[in-house]
Amino acid sequence: MKINVLAFGVAKDIFGSGEVSLEMSNDATIYNLKYLLEQQYPRLKQLSSYMVAVNNEYALPGDTIHERDEVAIIPPVSGG
Amino acid sequence: MSAESGGIDVFIGTVRNQTKGKKVLKLDFEAYEPMAISEMYKIAARAFERWPVQKILIHHRTGLLQVGEVPVIIAVSAAHRDAAFEACRYIIDTLKQTVPIWKKESFEDGDVWVAAHP
Repeated sequence: MKINVLAFGVAKDIFGSGEVSLEMSNDATIYNLKYLLEQQYPRLKQLSSYMVAVNNEYALPGDTIHERDEVAIIPPVSGG
Repeated sequence: MSAESGGIDVFIGTVRNQTKGKKVLKLDFEAYEPMAISEMYKIAARAFERWPVQKILIHHRTGLLQVGEVPVIIAVSAAHRDAAFEACRYIIDTLKQTVPIWKKESFEDGDVWVAAHP
């Protein structure tokens, strides 16, 4: 299945775009997504940490991803 | 403000001119807007559960801000000041941890996304 991944902050700089798309298996998890992204964008691993959000909620590594989910990479936040 | 309110605690964040001794020229704020708003609502809801507060305001700007400008305002009204102070502190502290907003600091030798790298 094709998954679009939104990127913000430093992740957008690393991807070179605010959105990238990935081909993933139908039962893919957040863990698989992170692994795939870190393969394609090794600089991601240099971040102190980063979260993944699915449909505007922070996701856990074991959560599965579905085709129409809105997926976003959330680097360390620094609002305020 | 309502008649039952005994006090309003307001936190106004302002853009500082330096970070760790380095001169800051300006800040650029970016938000994942829909999720930022939903996380702000969650923070407010938790504050209402934990403290007897009456009204909560959470305001955050995005885009380019100059030194001295105001990116964030938190205001909390309550019958008594303890609740207002504690809730206001909780809100700004939690906002900085969970709300998907990022700031890029511009220094004379380049730009840096805050807290991105160890």
